[in-house]
Amino acid sequence: MELLAFGKTGWGDELFIATLMTVAVSITAMFIGFLFALIFTPLKLSKNKFFNLIGNSYTTIIRGVPELLVIYLFFFGGSGAVMYVASIFGYNEYIEINAFITGSFAIGIISGAYSTEVFRGAIQSIDKGQFEASQVLGLKRFVYFFRVIMPQMLRLAIPNLSNVWQITLKDTSLISVTGLVEIMRQSYIAAGSTRDPLFFYSFAAVLYLLLTYLSMKLINRLEIKYSRGF
Amino acid sequence: MDFELMVNSFPKLLNATAITLKLLSASLFFGLLIGLLFAVLRISKNPIINKFAYGYSYVFRGTPLLVQIFIIYFGLGQIEYLRTTVLWVILKEPYWCAIIAFALNTGAYTSEILRSAFQTIKPGFIEAGKSLGISNKIIFYRIQIPIAIRQSLPAYGNEIILMLKGTSLASTVTLMDLTGVAKYIISTTFKPIEVFIVAGSIYLFMTFLIHNLIKFLEKKYSF
Repeated sequence: MELLAFGKTGWGDELFIATLMTVAVSITAMFIGFLFALIFTPLKLSKNKFFNLIGNSYTTIIRGVPELLVIYLFFFGGSGAVMYVASIFGYNEYIEINAFITGSFAIGIISGAYSTEVFRGAIQSIDKGQFEASQVLGLKRFVYFFRVIMPQMLRLAIPNLSNVWQITLKDTSLISVTGLVEIMRQSYIAAGSTRDPLFFYSFAAVLYLLLTYLSMKLINRLEIKYSRGF
Repeated sequence: MDFELMVNSFPKLLNATAITLKLLSASLFFGLLIGLLFAVLRISKNPIINKFAYGYSYVFRGTPLLVQIFIIYFGLGQIEYLRTTVLWVILKEPYWCAIIAFALNTGAYTSEILRSAFQTIKPGFIEAGKSLGISNKIIFYRIQIPIAIRQSLPAYGNEIILMLKGTSLASTVTLMDLTGVAKYIISTTFKPIEVFIVAGSIYLFMTFLIHNLIKFLEKKYSF
Protein backbone atom coordinates (compact mmCIF):
# COMPACT_ATOMS: atom_id res chain seq x y z
CA MET A 1 0.00 0.00 0.00
CA GLU A 2 2.97 2.29 0.61
CA LEU A 3 3.65 2.13 -3.09
CA LEU A 4 0.33 3.80 -3.76
CA ALA A 5 0.77 6.65 -1.30
CA PHE A 6 0.21 10.15 -2.58
CA GLY A 7 3.04 12.65 -2.59
CA LYS A 8 6.73 12.05 -3.08
CA THR A 9 6.95 8.63 -1.51
CA GLY A 10 4.39 6.73 -3.54
CA TRP A 11 2.88 6.44 -6.94
CA GLY A 12 -0.73 7.21 -6.03
CA ASP A 13 -0.94 10.75 -7.37
CA GLU A 14 1.03 9.89 -10.51
CA LEU A 15 -1.28 6.99 -11.28
CA PHE A 16 -4.32 9.11 -10.57
CA ILE A 17 -3.19 11.75 -13.06
CA ALA A 18 -2.31 9.01 -15.53
CA THR A 19 -5.85 7.66 -15.21
CA LEU A 20 -7.25 11.09 -15.98
CA MET A 21 -4.93 11.18 -19.00
CA THR A 22 -6.29 7.85 -20.22
CA VAL A 23 -9.84 9.17 -19.88
CA ALA A 24 -8.94 12.42 -21.64
CA VAL A 25 -7.28 10.62 -24.56
CA SER A 26 -10.20 8.19 -24.86
CA ILE A 27 -12.77 10.98 -24.96
CA THR A 28 -10.76 13.02 -27.46
CA ALA A 29 -10.19 9.96 -29.63
CA MET A 30 -13.87 9.01 -29.48
CA PHE A 31 -14.80 12.56 -30.51
CA ILE A 32 -12.31 12.57 -33.40
CA GLY A 33 -13.75 9.19 -34.34
CA PHE A 34 -17.25 10.71 -34.48
CA LEU A 35 -15.96 13.42 -36.82
CA PHE A 36 -14.51 10.74 -39.08
CA ALA A 37 -17.76 8.80 -38.91
CA LEU A 38 -19.65 11.94 -39.85
CA ILE A 39 -17.62 12.13 -43.06
CA PHE A 40 -17.39 8.46 -43.92
CA THR A 41 -20.88 7.20 -43.05
CA PRO A 42 -22.53 9.24 -45.84
CA LEU A 43 -19.78 8.08 -48.22
CA LYS A 44 -20.49 4.46 -47.36
CA LEU A 45 -24.23 4.92 -47.80
CA SER A 46 -23.85 6.95 -50.98
CA LYS A 47 -25.06 5.52 -54.29
CA ASN A 48 -22.04 6.97 -56.05
CA LYS A 49 -19.56 4.11 -56.61
CA PHE A 50 -16.49 6.28 -56.16
CA PHE A 51 -17.63 7.67 -52.80
CA ASN A 52 -18.55 4.18 -51.79
CA LEU A 53 -15.06 2.94 -52.57
CA ILE A 54 -13.49 5.66 -50.43
CA GLY A 55 -15.78 4.89 -47.50
CA ASN A 56 -15.25 1.15 -47.75
CA SER A 57 -11.47 1.46 -48.11
CA TYR A 58 -11.29 3.48 -44.90
CA THR A 59 -13.21 1.00 -42.77
CA THR A 60 -11.61 -2.08 -44.37
CA ILE A 61 -8.03 -0.88 -44.08
CA ILE A 62 -8.28 0.47 -40.57
CA ARG A 63 -10.14 -2.54 -39.24
CA GLY A 64 -7.80 -4.98 -40.97
CA VAL A 65 -4.48 -3.54 -39.84
CA PRO A 66 -3.21 -3.80 -36.25
CA GLU A 67 -3.72 -0.72 -34.09
CA LEU A 68 -0.07 -0.72 -33.12
CA LEU A 69 0.99 -0.38 -36.77
CA VAL A 70 -1.34 2.62 -37.23
CA ILE A 71 0.14 4.18 -34.10
CA TYR A 72 3.70 3.68 -35.36
CA LEU A 73 2.68 5.29 -38.66
CA PHE A 74 1.46 8.37 -36.81
CA PHE A 75 4.26 8.42 -34.29
CA PHE A 76 7.04 8.25 -36.88
CA GLY A 77 5.20 9.93 -39.75
CA GLY A 78 3.01 12.48 -38.01
CA SER A 79 5.40 15.40 -37.68
CA GLY A 80 6.86 14.67 -41.13
CA ALA A 81 3.43 14.95 -42.71
CA VAL A 82 2.61 18.17 -40.85
CA MET A 83 5.97 19.66 -41.80
CA TYR A 84 5.38 18.72 -45.44
CA VAL A 85 2.01 20.49 -45.45
CA ALA A 86 3.56 23.48 -43.66
CA SER A 87 6.39 23.66 -46.21
CA ILE A 88 3.82 24.10 -48.97
CA PHE A 89 2.71 27.22 -47.16
CA GLY A 90 6.30 28.36 -46.87
CA TYR A 91 7.01 27.38 -43.24
CA ASN A 92 10.21 25.37 -43.02
CA GLU A 93 10.99 25.16 -39.30
CA TYR A 94 10.95 21.86 -37.44
CA ILE A 95 7.53 21.10 -35.99
CA GLU A 96 7.15 18.75 -33.07
CA ILE A 97 3.66 17.43 -32.44
CA ASN A 98 2.92 16.46 -28.91
CA ALA A 99 2.19 12.87 -27.99
CA PHE A 100 -1.35 13.66 -26.84
CA ILE A 101 -2.40 14.95 -30.25
CA THR A 102 -0.65 12.18 -32.20
CA GLY A 103 -2.09 9.54 -29.91
CA SER A 104 -5.63 10.88 -29.93
CA PHE A 105 -5.53 11.14 -33.70
CA ALA A 106 -4.22 7.62 -34.22
CA ILE A 107 -6.77 6.10 -31.85
CA GLY A 108 -9.45 8.46 -33.20
CA ILE A 109 -9.01 7.20 -36.75
CA ILE A 110 -9.30 3.61 -35.53
CA SER A 111 -12.31 4.40 -33.39
CA GLY A 112 -13.86 6.29 -36.31
CA ALA A 113 -13.78 3.20 -38.50
CA TYR A 114 -15.78 1.26 -35.92
CA SER A 115 -18.18 4.17 -35.35
CA THR A 116 -18.76 4.46 -39.09
CA GLU A 117 -19.81 0.82 -39.23
CA VAL A 118 -22.14 1.31 -36.28
CA PHE A 119 -23.84 4.39 -37.75
CA ARG A 120 -24.14 2.76 -41.15
CA GLY A 121 -25.81 -0.27 -39.61
CA ALA A 122 -28.14 1.91 -37.52
CA ILE A 123 -29.27 4.06 -40.43
CA GLN A 124 -29.78 1.05 -42.66
CA SER A 125 -31.95 -0.68 -40.12
CA ILE A 126 -34.36 2.24 -39.83
CA ASP A 127 -37.63 1.30 -41.50
CA LYS A 128 -37.88 2.61 -45.05
CA GLY A 129 -41.42 3.81 -44.30
CA GLN A 130 -39.96 6.49 -42.05
CA PHE A 131 -38.11 8.09 -44.96
CA GLU A 132 -41.19 7.87 -47.15
CA ALA A 133 -43.52 9.22 -44.47
CA SER A 134 -41.30 12.26 -43.92
CA GLN A 135 -41.31 12.92 -47.64
CA VAL A 136 -45.08 12.61 -47.83
CA LEU A 137 -45.42 15.01 -44.89
CA GLY A 138 -43.16 17.42 -46.76
CA LEU A 139 -40.70 17.75 -43.87
CA LYS A 140 -37.62 19.80 -44.62
CA ARG A 141 -34.46 17.70 -44.95
CA PHE A 142 -33.03 19.32 -41.83
CA VAL A 143 -36.05 18.60 -39.65
CA TYR A 144 -36.41 15.14 -41.07
CA PHE A 145 -32.81 14.22 -40.32
CA PHE A 146 -32.62 15.68 -36.83
CA ARG A 147 -36.13 14.93 -35.56
CA VAL A 148 -36.98 11.68 -37.31
CA ILE A 149 -33.84 9.80 -38.26
CA MET A 150 -31.42 10.93 -35.54
CA PRO A 151 -33.43 9.86 -32.46
CA GLN A 152 -34.14 6.45 -33.93
CA MET A 153 -30.58 6.02 -35.10
CA LEU A 154 -29.14 6.91 -31.70
CA ARG A 155 -31.36 4.39 -29.97
CA LEU A 156 -30.13 1.67 -32.29
CA ALA A 157 -26.53 2.85 -32.22
CA ILE A 158 -25.94 3.36 -28.48
CA PRO A 159 -25.44 -0.30 -27.50
CA ASN A 160 -22.90 -0.73 -30.31
CA LEU A 161 -21.26 2.61 -29.61
CA SER A 162 -20.68 1.44 -26.08
CA ASN A 163 -18.63 -1.40 -27.57
CA VAL A 164 -16.68 1.12 -29.64
CA TRP A 165 -16.03 3.10 -26.46
CA GLN A 166 -14.68 -0.01 -24.71
CA ILE A 167 -12.41 -0.76 -27.67
CA THR A 168 -11.20 2.85 -27.76
CA LEU A 169 -10.53 2.92 -24.03
CA LYS A 170 -8.47 -0.25 -24.21
CA ASP A 171 -6.65 0.87 -27.36
CA THR A 172 -5.33 3.94 -25.57
CA SER A 173 -3.02 1.62 -23.64
CA LEU A 174 -1.12 1.18 -26.92
CA ILE A 175 -0.11 4.81 -27.17
CA SER A 176 2.12 4.26 -24.18
CA VAL A 177 4.69 3.19 -26.80
CA THR A 178 4.87 6.80 -27.95
CA GLY A 179 5.76 8.01 -24.48
CA LEU A 180 2.48 9.65 -23.50
CA VAL A 181 2.13 9.19 -19.74
CA GLU A 182 -1.18 7.40 -19.36
CA ILE A 183 -1.97 4.41 -17.11
CA MET A 184 0.22 1.94 -18.97
CA ARG A 185 3.22 4.24 -19.33
CA GLN A 186 3.03 5.36 -15.70
CA SER A 187 2.87 1.75 -14.54
CA TYR A 188 5.87 0.97 -16.73
CA ILE A 189 7.82 3.82 -15.12
CA ALA A 190 6.74 2.84 -11.62
CA ALA A 191 7.48 -0.84 -12.27
CA GLY A 192 10.92 0.07 -13.53
CA SER A 193 11.92 2.19 -10.59
CA THR A 194 10.45 0.00 -7.83
CA ARG A 195 11.20 -3.34 -9.53
CA ASP A 196 7.71 -4.44 -8.75
CA PRO A 197 6.10 -4.99 -12.16
CA LEU A 198 3.61 -7.58 -10.90
CA PHE A 199 1.99 -5.13 -8.51
CA PHE A 200 1.92 -2.14 -10.84
CA TYR A 201 0.68 -3.95 -13.93
CA SER A 202 -1.99 -5.68 -11.88
CA PHE A 203 -2.99 -2.33 -10.47
CA ALA A 204 -3.15 -0.95 -14.02
CA ALA A 205 -5.48 -3.82 -14.89
CA VAL A 206 -7.67 -2.89 -11.91
CA LEU A 207 -7.77 0.75 -13.07
CA TYR A 208 -8.84 -0.30 -16.57
CA LEU A 209 -11.49 -2.61 -15.11
CA LEU A 210 -12.77 0.24 -13.00
CA LEU A 211 -12.96 2.53 -16.01
CA THR A 212 -14.80 -0.01 -18.15
CA TYR A 213 -17.15 -0.83 -15.28
CA LEU A 214 -18.01 2.81 -14.57
CA SER A 215 -18.50 3.67 -18.22
CA MET A 216 -20.82 0.68 -18.66
CA LYS A 217 -22.96 1.97 -15.80
CA LEU A 218 -23.12 5.41 -17.38
CA ILE A 219 -23.91 4.09 -20.84
CA ASN A 220 -26.69 1.88 -19.49
CA ARG A 221 -28.37 5.01 -18.16
CA LEU A 222 -28.10 6.68 -21.57
CA GLU A 223 -29.57 3.59 -23.15
CA ILE A 224 -32.58 3.74 -20.89
CA LYS A 225 -33.00 7.42 -21.65
CA TYR A 226 -32.94 6.97 -25.40
CA SER A 227 -35.08 3.89 -25.54
CA ARG A 228 -38.03 5.44 -23.74
CA GLY A 229 -41.28 4.92 -25.57
CA PHE A 230 -40.19 1.54 -26.87
CA MET B 1 7.76 7.26 -52.34
CA ASP B 2 10.78 5.04 -51.97
CA PHE B 3 9.87 1.99 -54.03
CA GLU B 4 13.25 0.40 -53.60
CA LEU B 5 12.78 0.31 -49.84
CA MET B 6 9.33 -1.24 -50.31
CA VAL B 7 10.74 -4.00 -52.53
CA ASN B 8 13.70 -4.58 -50.21
CA SER B 9 11.67 -4.73 -47.03
CA PHE B 10 9.08 -7.11 -48.47
CA PRO B 11 11.10 -10.35 -47.96
CA LYS B 12 12.04 -9.33 -44.41
CA LEU B 13 8.43 -8.58 -43.55
CA LEU B 14 7.29 -11.82 -45.17
CA ASN B 15 9.76 -13.73 -43.01
CA ALA B 16 8.33 -12.06 -39.92
CA THR B 17 4.83 -13.01 -41.04
CA ALA B 18 5.75 -16.61 -40.28
CA ILE B 19 6.13 -15.72 -36.59
CA THR B 20 2.85 -13.81 -36.64
CA LEU B 21 1.10 -16.85 -38.10
CA LYS B 22 2.72 -19.19 -35.57
CA LEU B 23 1.60 -16.96 -32.71
CA LEU B 24 -1.90 -16.72 -34.20
CA SER B 25 -2.40 -20.43 -34.73
CA ALA B 26 -1.04 -21.42 -31.32
CA SER B 27 -3.14 -18.85 -29.48
CA LEU B 28 -6.28 -19.75 -31.42
CA PHE B 29 -5.76 -23.45 -30.70
CA PHE B 30 -5.33 -22.99 -26.94
CA GLY B 31 -7.89 -20.17 -26.90
CA LEU B 32 -10.55 -22.39 -28.43
CA LEU B 33 -9.95 -25.07 -25.81
CA ILE B 34 -10.13 -22.49 -23.00
CA GLY B 35 -13.16 -20.88 -24.58
CA LEU B 36 -15.03 -24.17 -24.89
CA LEU B 37 -14.23 -25.09 -21.30
CA PHE B 38 -15.40 -21.74 -19.93
CA ALA B 39 -18.50 -21.66 -22.14
CA VAL B 40 -19.54 -24.96 -20.59
CA LEU B 41 -18.80 -23.59 -17.11
CA ARG B 42 -20.82 -20.47 -17.94
CA ILE B 43 -23.97 -22.44 -18.75
CA SER B 44 -23.55 -24.56 -15.62
CA LYS B 45 -26.32 -24.20 -13.05
CA ASN B 46 -23.92 -24.14 -10.12
CA PRO B 47 -23.70 -20.45 -9.12
CA ILE B 48 -20.08 -20.62 -7.94
CA ILE B 49 -18.77 -22.21 -11.14
CA ASN B 50 -20.93 -19.82 -13.13
CA LYS B 51 -19.62 -16.73 -11.30
CA PHE B 52 -16.05 -17.93 -11.63
CA ALA B 53 -16.37 -18.31 -15.41
CA TYR B 54 -18.11 -14.95 -15.67
CA GLY B 55 -15.37 -13.28 -13.63
CA TYR B 56 -12.69 -14.74 -15.89
CA SER B 57 -14.29 -13.45 -19.06
CA TYR B 58 -15.12 -10.09 -17.46
CA VAL B 59 -11.57 -9.44 -16.35
CA PHE B 60 -9.95 -10.49 -19.60
CA ARG B 61 -12.43 -8.58 -21.74
CA GLY B 62 -12.33 -5.47 -19.56
CA THR B 63 -8.57 -4.94 -19.58
CA PRO B 64 -6.25 -4.19 -22.51
CA LEU B 65 -4.31 -7.08 -23.99
CA LEU B 66 -1.11 -5.09 -23.44
CA VAL B 67 -1.62 -5.17 -19.66
CA GLN B 68 -2.21 -8.90 -19.78
CA ILE B 69 1.02 -9.55 -21.69
CA PHE B 70 3.00 -7.30 -19.36
CA ILE B 71 1.64 -8.99 -16.25
CA ILE B 72 2.56 -12.41 -17.60
CA TYR B 73 5.93 -11.49 -19.10
CA PHE B 74 7.27 -8.94 -16.61
CA GLY B 75 5.09 -9.66 -13.58
CA LEU B 76 5.19 -13.42 -13.14
CA GLY B 77 8.97 -13.55 -13.29
CA GLN B 78 8.99 -11.63 -10.06
CA ILE B 79 7.51 -14.48 -8.06
CA GLU B 80 10.53 -16.31 -6.66
CA TYR B 81 8.68 -19.56 -6.22
CA LEU B 82 7.73 -19.72 -9.93
CA ARG B 83 11.38 -19.49 -10.91
CA THR B 84 12.10 -22.76 -9.15
CA THR B 85 9.34 -24.75 -10.83
CA VAL B 86 9.23 -26.43 -14.23
CA LEU B 87 6.86 -23.67 -15.38
CA TRP B 88 9.80 -21.29 -15.53
CA VAL B 89 11.11 -23.05 -18.64
CA ILE B 90 7.99 -21.77 -20.40
CA LEU B 91 7.56 -18.45 -18.61
CA LYS B 92 11.04 -17.15 -19.29
CA GLU B 93 10.43 -17.28 -23.04
CA PRO B 94 8.69 -14.17 -24.41
CA TYR B 95 7.27 -16.37 -27.18
CA TRP B 96 5.33 -18.56 -24.75
CA CYS B 97 4.35 -15.64 -22.54
CA ALA B 98 2.79 -13.98 -25.56
CA ILE B 99 0.94 -17.16 -26.50
CA ILE B 100 -0.34 -17.61 -22.93
CA ALA B 101 -1.61 -14.02 -22.83
CA PHE B 102 -3.19 -14.26 -26.28
CA ALA B 103 -4.80 -17.63 -25.55
CA LEU B 104 -6.28 -16.42 -22.25
CA ASN B 105 -7.54 -13.26 -23.95
CA THR B 106 -9.09 -14.90 -26.99
CA GLY B 107 -10.39 -17.69 -24.73
CA ALA B 108 -12.43 -15.12 -22.81
CA TYR B 109 -14.01 -13.74 -25.98
CA THR B 110 -14.52 -17.21 -27.45
CA SER B 111 -16.27 -18.39 -24.30
CA GLU B 112 -18.76 -15.53 -24.64
CA ILE B 113 -19.34 -16.31 -28.33
CA LEU B 114 -19.89 -20.00 -27.64
CA ARG B 115 -22.06 -19.34 -24.60
CA SER B 116 -24.47 -17.18 -26.56
CA ALA B 117 -24.46 -19.82 -29.31
CA PHE B 118 -25.34 -22.53 -26.78
CA GLN B 119 -28.11 -20.41 -25.34
CA THR B 120 -29.71 -19.67 -28.70
CA ILE B 121 -30.03 -23.34 -29.64
CA LYS B 122 -33.73 -23.99 -30.00
CA PRO B 123 -34.95 -26.18 -27.11
CA GLY B 124 -36.76 -28.23 -29.73
CA PHE B 125 -33.49 -29.76 -30.91
CA ILE B 126 -32.65 -30.99 -27.44
CA GLU B 127 -36.21 -32.16 -26.77
CA ALA B 128 -36.20 -34.04 -30.07
CA GLY B 129 -32.99 -35.75 -29.02
CA LYS B 130 -34.45 -36.66 -25.64
CA SER B 131 -37.64 -38.04 -27.07
CA LEU B 132 -35.58 -40.25 -29.36
CA GLY B 133 -33.99 -41.66 -26.22
CA ILE B 134 -30.51 -40.28 -26.88
CA SER B 135 -28.38 -39.88 -23.76
CA ASN B 136 -27.55 -36.41 -22.47
CA LYS B 137 -23.88 -36.86 -23.24
CA ILE B 138 -24.51 -37.69 -26.88
CA ILE B 139 -27.04 -34.84 -27.17
CA PHE B 140 -24.32 -32.51 -25.96
CA TYR B 141 -21.55 -33.80 -28.21
CA ARG B 142 -23.53 -34.61 -31.34
CA ILE B 143 -26.31 -32.01 -31.29
CA GLN B 144 -25.45 -29.02 -29.10
CA ILE B 145 -21.76 -28.62 -29.97
CA PRO B 146 -22.13 -28.86 -33.77
CA ILE B 147 -25.04 -26.41 -33.79
CA ALA B 148 -23.22 -24.03 -31.46
CA ILE B 149 -20.10 -24.09 -33.63
CA ARG B 150 -22.14 -23.34 -36.74
CA GLN B 151 -24.00 -20.52 -34.94
CA SER B 152 -20.83 -18.93 -33.70
CA LEU B 153 -18.89 -19.03 -36.98
CA PRO B 154 -19.50 -15.38 -38.02
CA ALA B 155 -18.62 -14.01 -34.60
CA TYR B 156 -15.65 -16.36 -34.29
CA GLY B 157 -14.38 -15.18 -37.67
CA ASN B 158 -14.30 -11.64 -36.29
CA GLU B 159 -12.48 -12.90 -33.23
CA ILE B 160 -9.80 -14.54 -35.42
CA ILE B 161 -9.24 -11.23 -37.20
CA LEU B 162 -9.08 -9.38 -33.86
CA MET B 163 -6.56 -11.94 -32.65
CA LEU B 164 -4.48 -11.52 -35.82
CA LYS B 165 -4.28 -7.83 -35.01
CA GLY B 166 -3.61 -8.66 -31.37
CA THR B 167 -0.50 -10.67 -32.23
CA SER B 168 1.12 -7.34 -33.14
CA LEU B 169 1.50 -6.72 -29.40
CA ALA B 170 4.07 -9.50 -29.27
CA SER B 171 6.48 -6.89 -30.58
CA THR B 172 6.28 -5.14 -27.20
CA VAL B 173 7.91 -8.13 -25.50
CA THR B 174 10.90 -8.26 -27.88
CA LEU B 175 9.42 -10.70 -30.41
CA MET B 176 10.14 -9.81 -34.01
CA ASP B 177 6.76 -10.45 -35.57
CA LEU B 178 5.42 -8.57 -38.59
CA THR B 179 4.75 -5.38 -36.61
CA GLY B 180 8.04 -5.71 -34.72
CA VAL B 181 10.08 -5.92 -37.91
CA ALA B 182 8.01 -3.12 -39.50
CA LYS B 183 8.77 -0.90 -36.52
CA TYR B 184 12.46 -1.79 -36.72
CA ILE B 185 12.62 -0.87 -40.42
CA ILE B 186 10.70 2.37 -39.81
CA SER B 187 12.99 3.43 -36.98
CA THR B 188 16.14 2.76 -39.00
CA THR B 189 15.01 4.30 -42.29
CA PHE B 190 12.48 6.92 -41.12
CA LYS B 191 10.18 6.00 -43.97
CA PRO B 192 6.96 5.16 -42.11
CA ILE B 193 4.54 5.40 -45.02
CA GLU B 194 6.34 2.96 -47.31
CA VAL B 195 6.75 0.34 -44.59
CA PHE B 196 3.18 0.85 -43.42
CA ILE B 197 1.89 0.17 -46.94
CA VAL B 198 3.85 -3.08 -47.28
CA ALA B 199 3.18 -4.40 -43.76
CA GLY B 200 -0.42 -3.22 -43.87
CA SER B 201 -0.99 -5.00 -47.18
CA ILE B 202 0.30 -8.25 -45.74
CA TYR B 203 -2.08 -7.91 -42.78
CA LEU B 204 -4.97 -7.00 -45.08
CA PHE B 205 -4.23 -10.00 -47.26
CA MET B 206 -4.38 -12.29 -44.22
CA THR B 207 -7.61 -10.65 -43.04
CA PHE B 208 -9.03 -11.18 -46.52
CA LEU B 209 -8.12 -14.87 -46.48
CA ILE B 210 -9.60 -15.44 -43.01
CA HIS B 211 -12.76 -13.58 -43.96
CA ASN B 212 -13.26 -15.74 -47.05
CA LEU B 213 -12.42 -18.96 -45.28
CA ILE B 214 -15.12 -18.24 -42.68
CA LYS B 215 -17.60 -17.33 -45.41
CA PHE B 216 -16.84 -20.61 -47.14
CA LEU B 217 -17.32 -22.59 -43.92
CA GLU B 218 -20.56 -20.75 -43.21
CA LYS B 219 -21.91 -21.75 -46.59
CA LYS B 220 -20.70 -25.31 -46.26
CA TYR B 221 -22.30 -25.84 -42.88
CA SER B 222 -25.46 -23.84 -43.37
CA PHE B 223 -28.79 -25.46 -42.71
